[in-house]
Amino acid sequence: MQLELEREGGTLTALLIGELDHHAASDIRRRIDTAVLSCRCNHLRLDLSRLSFMDSSGIGLIMGRYRLMTSMGGRLTVENAGDRLERMIRLAGLDRLPVWNETQERNDACETH
Amino acid sequence: MKPINEMKMTFLSRSANEGFARAAVAAFAAQLDPAVDELADLRTAVSEAVTNAIVHAYPDRLGPVTLTVKLYENGCVSVQVRDRGTGIPDVARAMEPLYTTGGEERSGLGFSVMQSFTDRLRVRSAPGKGTAVTMEKYIAPRVKGRV
Repeated sequence: MQLELEREGGTLTALLIGELDHHAASDIRRRIDTAVLSCRCNHLRLDLSRLSFMDSSGIGLIMGRYRLMTSMGGRLTVENAGDRLERMIRLAGLDRLPVWNETQERNDACETH
Repeated sequence: MKPINEMKMTFLSRSANEGFARAAVAAFAAQLDPAVDELADLRTAVSEAVTNAIVHAYPDRLGPVTLTVKLYENGCVSVQVRDRGTGIPDVARAMEPLYTTGGEERSGLGFSVMQSFTDRLRVRSAPGKGTAVTMEKYIAPRVKGRV
């Protein structure tokens, strides 16, 4: 699997490409964490739009990066979660976590009506 | 009910085989003409079961993981993932959502995903002897009849 990292101001975007499983996760995790710590970014964006596969290892990766960013006073957002990831997010009871870009907007809209 | 086709393969519990295992099951199950979503569910569930065997059954050594896939005329795919590893002392507890012994980068969702993404899940385990996880998924017919 491939990882493309792009920094813009205090935001680091990680574009994940290919199949994210337990085998790929440890290398991806190490590379993202190294980049976050060296650029001192306060916002990490995980862009999942180009993942062709993801199992629950991806949830572990997201939770670990959420802990890392919040421990540094920063934030994490997850962009373009697919159908299967959304089901796993609900299974984990994580749908109220303020990281899911689209999900969060939908919740906000419901709550204001 | 007898399967119309069956395959069995054994591989070492190397994490590089996670992708191989789910690709092999998907390629074999393609004979039932599944929809893209059905196949993606199956690949995800297989990946969870194989990852469990690799992470938990053989924590400090490599061992064999055997995958048996059977296809049935009614569209059922049965996948068994079997190891000869440490076994699970308390299967009910291991199947609880978010329960994990795999450290904080593991979500504890493996069995929940298998359960949610397939139609039936059975787990048999004996400490010191290994674990067999069997999943069944029905593939809806899209055209008249099957091969």
